[in-house]
Amino acid sequence: MFNEYALHHAWLIPLLPAIAFVVIGFFLRKSPVLSAFLAITMSMVSFILSLGVGYGVVVQHITVEHPLIDKIPWVDIAGLSINMGMYIDPVSALMLFIVTLVSLLVQIYAVGYMKGDDGFGRFFAYLSLFAATMLGLIIAVNFVQMFIFWELVGLCSYLLIGYYFHKPSACEASKKAFMTTRIGDFGLLLGILLLQIVFGTLDFAQLTIAIPEYVQQYGTGVLTVAALLIFAGPIAKSGQFPLHVWLPDAMEGPTPVSALIHAATMVVAGVYLVVRVFFLYSMLPNVMLIIAWVGGFTACFAATIAITQQDIKRILAYSTISQLGYMMLALGVGSVTASMFHLMTHAFFKALMFLAAGSVMHGLHDKGNIFEMGGLRHKMPITFAAMTIGVLAISGIPPFAGFFSKDEILLAVSEVSAPLYIIAVVTAFMTAFYMFRLLFLVFCGPEKPENNPHEAPSTMKFSLIILSIFAIIGGYIPHVYHFGEWIRFGDASHEGLNWTIAATSMVLSVLAMALAWLIYGSGKVSPDRLAMRFSTLYNVSYHKYYIDELYLWLNYTFVRGFGKILYWLDLYIVDGIVNGLAKLTYRMGDELRQWQTGYLQQYGLILFGAILIMVVWLVITAPISMASLRGGAY
Amino acid sequence: MDHFPLLTAIMLAPIIGALFLSFLPREADKIIKMVSALTMMVALGLVIYAYEMYDFNLGGMQFVESRAWIQDLGVSFILGVDGISLPMLLLTVLIGFSTVFASWNITKRSKEFFILLLILLAGVTGTFITQDLFIFLLFYEMVVIPIYIMVLIWGSSKRVSKEYSGMKLTIYLLLGSAFMLVGIIDLYLNAYPSGMRTFSMTALAQANQLGNLSEGFQIFTFFLLMIGFGSLLSMWPLHSWSPDGYAGAPTAVSMIHAGVLKKIGGYGLIRIGLLILPLGAKFWAPWIALLAVCNVLYAGFIALVQKDLKYVIGYSSVSHMGYVLIGFAALNGTGMNGAIGNMFAHGIMSALFFAMIGYVYEKTHTRYIPDLGGLAHQMPRVATGFMLAGMASLGLPGLIGFIPEFTIFVGAFREYPVYALLAISGIIFTALYILRVLANVLFGPRRTEFDGCADARGVELVPLIVLGSVLVVFGVFPQMLMGMVNSGVEPMVPFLTKLHAAPALLGGLFR
Repeated sequence: MFNEYALHHAWLIPLLPAIAFVVIGFFLRKSPVLSAFLAITMSMVSFILSLGVGYGVVVQHITVEHPLIDKIPWVDIAGLSINMGMYIDPVSALMLFIVTLVSLLVQIYAVGYMKGDDGFGRFFAYLSLFAATMLGLIIAVNFVQMFIFWELVGLCSYLLIGYYFHKPSACEASKKAFMTTRIGDFGLLLGILLLQIVFGTLDFAQLTIAIPEYVQQYGTGVLTVAALLIFAGPIAKSGQFPLHVWLPDAMEGPTPVSALIHAATMVVAGVYLVVRVFFLYSMLPNVMLIIAWVGGFTACFAATIAITQQDIKRILAYSTISQLGYMMLALGVGSVTASMFHLMTHAFFKALMFLAAGSVMHGLHDKGNIFEMGGLRHKMPITFAAMTIGVLAISGIPPFAGFFSKDEILLAVSEVSAPLYIIAVVTAFMTAFYMFRLLFLVFCGPEKPENNPHEAPSTMKFSLIILSIFAIIGGYIPHVYHFGEWIRFGDASHEGLNWTIAATSMVLSVLAMALAWLIYGSGKVSPDRLAMRFSTLYNVSYHKYYIDELYLWLNYTFVRGFGKILYWLDLYIVDGIVNGLAKLTYRMGDELRQWQTGYLQQYGLILFGAILIMVVWLVITAPISMASLRGGAY
Repeated sequence: MDHFPLLTAIMLAPIIGALFLSFLPREADKIIKMVSALTMMVALGLVIYAYEMYDFNLGGMQFVESRAWIQDLGVSFILGVDGISLPMLLLTVLIGFSTVFASWNITKRSKEFFILLLILLAGVTGTFITQDLFIFLLFYEMVVIPIYIMVLIWGSSKRVSKEYSGMKLTIYLLLGSAFMLVGIIDLYLNAYPSGMRTFSMTALAQANQLGNLSEGFQIFTFFLLMIGFGSLLSMWPLHSWSPDGYAGAPTAVSMIHAGVLKKIGGYGLIRIGLLILPLGAKFWAPWIALLAVCNVLYAGFIALVQKDLKYVIGYSSVSHMGYVLIGFAALNGTGMNGAIGNMFAHGIMSALFFAMIGYVYEKTHTRYIPDLGGLAHQMPRVATGFMLAGMASLGLPGLIGFIPEFTIFVGAFREYPVYALLAISGIIFTALYILRVLANVLFGPRRTEFDGCADARGVELVPLIVLGSVLVVFGVFPQMLMGMVNSGVEPMVPFLTKLHAAPALLGGLFR
């Protein structure tokens, strides 16, 4: 009964937070209690509804082949009609569950974290808007709806990164995030337009049918271009190389935002988009290969940076980029199941780690450098436990959630490409290393006297505990509910553990942990000496391969330089001609004015002179005189 | 005349207001402003009524009024609106209504100011509702003169003096109208033989089908109109009046100019250029598309390095007109829908932008971007307006700009893939300069020197509320706008399809 209602009213799931946004934005902004209450209530109802949707999907046996689609016309004009609606299948149901859950927990957490902030109401309004747009993106029925909400989640990200707008760094970071994703959106938009021109429709359900037919008839040329262009969107949104630069800077936003938007939900929108349009990518093996390599490279690349970073949130941010690379890699090798599985567990444990990091920073009055922390396990036991669970999960240690999903990805990769498998395994090793580095530096060792930490308030603890539970049991969900039969593309894939692969990655993780302990835990090896020894490598990694500097230089030199050149042209050439013409007119008037002397004799002379010339002219040209001139008689 | 002359009433409302004002004493400052507001409110109410009552299914010209005027010349006073002119009319009165409130703080010679403002608005209204070219020109000239006076008396001098910008603005507008005049007279003389000559747009639009207009003639005349309307629309390289003009003009004139006057150019290109001279339009369309790309990118890049707020938005509006032009140049129903929709959308957003800049300038006495910063602390409402206008300007979905732009892209991509690609890349540079302005003006640390600046309040909020809510409502429910536009464009679609198929001697050369 309830699942029936939830299924057919799934559009309420994004609408409720949207209502919260409007009401808070217009009326409740000044009242922290009411705005938080409304936002959390709406999130709660959305969460319950999405549970209903999930249950309904199972009960009514809605599969990826037979989604539940409901839509209404939104724009209908000559040559273009756009619908808005909802597309419910197991994949979107899973996403609804993840997003509403994390969003709810983060909002509860934020009540404690943001307490006393001037913009408390504004913060909850933004969070509600984000939830609404993200949920709208998930249930998109066509590319336009996807793109619309895609841009809107970008707006929310922009607003929330720049939440502390008095800080110049936050301001810069929000701008950078918007700009970088805009570049990807440019590609995405072009790809969408190309599909619209070729197929005349952007509806997912219709394209699912039309694309295979098109491929049979015309081959894959145009589609490859379109698919690559569309992939530019996910590259930017999901922080893939080379458009990953915005995500670490996005940590300027409040920590709950980092947990919700820049770890668990918005950044995976890129992965979700590829999954949603897998009907396109699955036709194009070359593009899939590119996706796999982009993902694999990003995973490894980001991990090498994370190793030397010192800011707790930045380490987590690079780790997010790396894990998103993993998800892309899994998609590239054709496993939607593995990718979505990792997306889910990652959402749990990465949100958990961010919230734990937020709790640390809350306790230390916004200090972020991990080398200035230490020994926090005594004063912050719950945060310590939460962070440990998160680290164990991401490092792939059983029985935590990350172990299962990572194993699934490694397995899928190993079946396709050996080099990619090696990259993935090396990344797993590095991941475990930098994560334990963080854990040891922050929570172990002697306490620092200048820090005066305190444990988080109860609302924050509540969210930490719930997410910890999910980070532990998340990995078992597939084994209980036949995950692979629901979340898939094409045939259901194998989902048991492969013990060779599992054992390899586990051993590597334990080794990485031991190494991290050796350097950062026990103090047997000095990290500073290592940094000196490998100073080139250290510097390159610490400065993120100087990519930010390069982009800044490119922007400044070329974009702004070009603007300056054009402005010069505009002032001195285009406008110069205009002003020159005006001057010419003026001069001509000036010249002509000279003729107007006022002397009557002169005027008379000119008058008579002119008459004389005219008379002579008339006489000469008259036929009679012409004839006489020729000497003939008349 | 069996029904209420709605369109005449809309046009006369500001004129009656202006007449009334001229009898008021100079000191009755508040009453003058109230009367202006009331007048525009009446006009706005009537236009909204017309917008609501317009019958989509019937389409075509509605609320038609027709009176013979100078029969010997074939001039008649025909008024009527369809799906193309109604949005423009709505735009005019919405912005007109807002300008009255945006000028609420004007104390210097307020009586003259509001009289001129109302005459100006009546003139713009007239150009959009008339169906006779003669009357069209008449109204157009009625617009130019008040603007000149308003810039000279109430304008401000920055990079260039207000005298220079006023002169530049006026001369460009007059030069444009000179080209238009020649083109229209040319058309008048050639469309029909002596004795049957007429200025009626509907009659002239049939001349092509009757074969009265040769292709060569159409190409020549369309060129004249293209220069005329193009300079009005700030088509590259005839754009340089626009940033300088806006910079010198008072807020109300900038709002009306960027918001509505530019749109007369686009409106004329469609209504007169395309419908009367289709073969000419077809010949020049690829060139217009090329110039459109110049508009988008050239002005976009220049906006990036401007330091005066009004120059940024001035160049931004030149850049946005590129989208309108390329949508027009696509010569298909989709592009045309988008071009008209975008004219409306850009009008609203640029008017809001200029209104907000007006407030910032009024309170901080500077428009120089490096001197500004952190204004969101002191002026959160103005900041909201800025954000709304900026986000609409960079084409954020959910605001008014997105759907028209998207429609243009769909239409243009089909005809000119390369030009469209270049034009679409404009979304990146637009975001770049808009975000730069927002960041430098609104955000950053609190600056104590602006602590005395009060946020917009009272009647000052009217432009923000009116234009802002239009931005959002038409953004969330785009069919409210696009449905109307489409009812005007849809009847043109068969005509455009035929035009595409038509064999063109010269047109083929440049494809």
